[in-house]
Amino acid sequence: MAIWFARSRNLISSLRHNLCLSSTILVKRDYSQRPVFTTSQLSSTVFLSPYVASLRHESTAAEKQLDLVQHSDDQEDALQELDFPGGNVGYTSEMKFIPESSARRIPCYRVLDEDGRIIPDSDFIPVSEKLAVRMYEQMATLQVMDHIFYEAQRQGRISFYITSLGEEAINIASAAALSPEDVVLPQYREPGVLLWRGFTLEEFANQCFGNKADYGKGRQMPIHYGSNRHNYFTISSPIATQLPQAAGVGYSLKMEKKNACAVTFIGDGGTSEGDFHAGLNFAAVLEAPVVFICRNNGWAISTHTSEQFRSDGIVVKGQAYGIRSIRVDGNDALAVYSAVRSAREMAVTEQRPVLIEAMTYRVGHHSTSDDSTKYRAADEIQHWKMSRNPVNRFKKWVEDNGWWSEEDESELRSNTRKQLLQAIQAAEKCDKQPLKELFNDVYDVKPKNLEEQELGLKELVERQPQDYPPGFHV
Amino acid sequence: MAALLGRSCRKLGFLSSGHGARRSVSTETGKSLNLYSAINQALHIALDSDPRSYVFGEDVGFGGVFRCTTGLAERFGKNRVFNTPLCEQGIVGFGIGLAAMGNRAIVEIQFADYIYPAFDQIVNEAAKFRYRSGNQFNCGGLTIRAPYGAVGHGGHYHSQSPEAFFCHVPGIKVVIPRSPREAKGLLLSCIRDPNPVVFFEPKWLYRQAVEEVPEHDYMIPLSEAEVIREGNDITLVGWGAQLTIMEQACLEAEKEGISCELIDLKTLLPWDKETVEASVKKTGRLLISHEAPITGGFGAEISATILERCFLKLEAPVTRVCGLDTPFPLVFEPFYMPTKNKILDAIKTTVNY
Repeated sequence: MAIWFARSRNLISSLRHNLCLSSTILVKRDYSQRPVFTTSQLSSTVFLSPYVASLRHESTAAEKQLDLVQHSDDQEDALQELDFPGGNVGYTSEMKFIPESSARRIPCYRVLDEDGRIIPDSDFIPVSEKLAVRMYEQMATLQVMDHIFYEAQRQGRISFYITSLGEEAINIASAAALSPEDVVLPQYREPGVLLWRGFTLEEFANQCFGNKADYGKGRQMPIHYGSNRHNYFTISSPIATQLPQAAGVGYSLKMEKKNACAVTFIGDGGTSEGDFHAGLNFAAVLEAPVVFICRNNGWAISTHTSEQFRSDGIVVKGQAYGIRSIRVDGNDALAVYSAVRSAREMAVTEQRPVLIEAMTYRVGHHSTSDDSTKYRAADEIQHWKMSRNPVNRFKKWVEDNGWWSEEDESELRSNTRKQLLQAIQAAEKCDKQPLKELFNDVYDVKPKNLEEQELGLKELVERQPQDYPPGFHV
Repeated sequence: MAALLGRSCRKLGFLSSGHGARRSVSTETGKSLNLYSAINQALHIALDSDPRSYVFGEDVGFGGVFRCTTGLAERFGKNRVFNTPLCEQGIVGFGIGLAAMGNRAIVEIQFADYIYPAFDQIVNEAAKFRYRSGNQFNCGGLTIRAPYGAVGHGGHYHSQSPEAFFCHVPGIKVVIPRSPREAKGLLLSCIRDPNPVVFFEPKWLYRQAVEEVPEHDYMIPLSEAEVIREGNDITLVGWGAQLTIMEQACLEAEKEGISCELIDLKTLLPWDKETVEASVKKTGRLLISHEAPITGGFGAEISATILERCFLKLEAPVTRVCGLDTPFPLVFEPFYMPTKNKILDAIKTTVNY
């Protein structure tokens, strides 16, 4: 080791002379007084090439010796900068690693406390009685809808369902904060956004039953809603694919100079996908007006967030892409409303992406194909279902304002329930899609191979109807 | 070496769009252009004719690594012609979003070898966008361009022919031009086709192929194969750069008294079965040739279909002359490739069956 450092001194001198390095970079130092690095010191950090190993390790006390160059340290402003292709950076001779985590997690923006009271001195955008009541009604409707469709699946009437239980505030408050022209690219746990925009319970039921009235023409599993009338892109099962698409949508809106942005949703699990990185990076670089809303609900099926990432959640990732971000209490409807509304304004007026991490909890199972008691404690679920329920919390605030009563509550719930049962009955009875819809829309115009296959199938169905489910008229 | 020299013979002149089943391009003459210039012209016309069209991908701003996008950014502005971050899944995903809003997104993937990160977006999203939405949404304005195929020194990752993967995906189209004039017309058709299209450009021909290309705006129809050389004894089917090799084999076969009919498939998905079927019913023999590895290659689909349709008319088994079932090798490229002589041997074997 000692020999190494003796050499390094010579290296510095020879570097200066032989490589004609600018004197602004090299520093002449006297190393005779410096402590020698022990092997153990060095091995605990990165590998240091010989001349770098001579970096000072102790505090930056003033040198006795005259330095050939001004150098920056923590106590001085960086008078010198290094220019690299990415721009100028100040330099430091103190070797310091950015820690893997901050001492303090990014705080969570909230407005309502658990008892539904506005926290004093909160920043928030006021919500009128009309808007608040509508928001509450829709949150409750979403809750009822989820319960009834879930039961319908259990009864075998629909094949599959995904609830949004526990995430009603994110669903409804975000939708309320957007304009109808904002284009929504959902993941799959945001039917409340579609509900807010006017999709009827019948329309939801039709998609779940895949009947003749389903806009998706029966091609996808239940809950894969989509509606161009409501600017809500059709849901697809692959995770996070919508994120780079949202960047493209936002870019289009910008080019068309529309007063609108793209809004896209993702779960905590989805942020591990490559498309998350792609979507955020593209939106940032191409300056697309996109609001990325991450529902951090703690679970990706059975995978807890501790098995999903080691960062402080999702919000800290925004800055890595040059994206303004906020963490919000996703169970606080007023906070979500304010955050989304502000983010949307920023996105549209500044033509930039914004990231919102909405903290919440997935009260329901991942889907009807999941039993989450297998991997998480029943009392954990109960706790979030009862004391941390976003619907109850907002209800308290609305009630405290005198805008909602128990009569309103029972009337809403029983009417909604009745409407849903009727919708399900009607959807179940409704005709099936005609068989031709199997072959349409693969392309804009049916190609020859599909024409042939359609003819072949028609003939087959006529010949052997017992092999096929009834009701699919040719 | 021989294969490389053989390839360099292609520099002179080009495949005539001869007395084929259809003369899809007017006899109007134009300037002599190579493939990248013809593609460049098509892109200029596309962007000029539709203000809502965009060209983007890695390095397209300065003209692209193969110069296909030269002059576009200067002419149409950086809002419409721009570089993207190095991320194929982002490029295609972003393109889908743009296309879903009614724009034409003409996306460049730098080499077909790097298209795979975008495979999910292409297969699960683009291909199904219209169908799954019940035709409420579509991304028909999406066209993905990528250089493909052997270049003499490309090795594993600059030579691949991945067309077979995409031919298995209902909902997209796959198009491969054989020459500059064809490329311009086909690319314009792809861009204007209301379905997402993957357009593979034979990189070998970017400079090597030179042809007269009409300067005006013209389109060559998709899903229409072209008989580019008539014959009676055997039908050969191919696409892209391979057709030049196949044509050389046909010329040599002719000296030995074998009359070859050569078909350019052009669109692989959906492909023109009728033209190939009609030809094989006439000749009774079929040879398919492609650079991609033989197993699972698109030649297998053509072979199976023709067997179903022309079994009783066949005088010999359908034969395929293709790349070997290996990753595309560097020093062994001349051995790997389906060369003129491999094709000629196969022609003779088939004819003498």
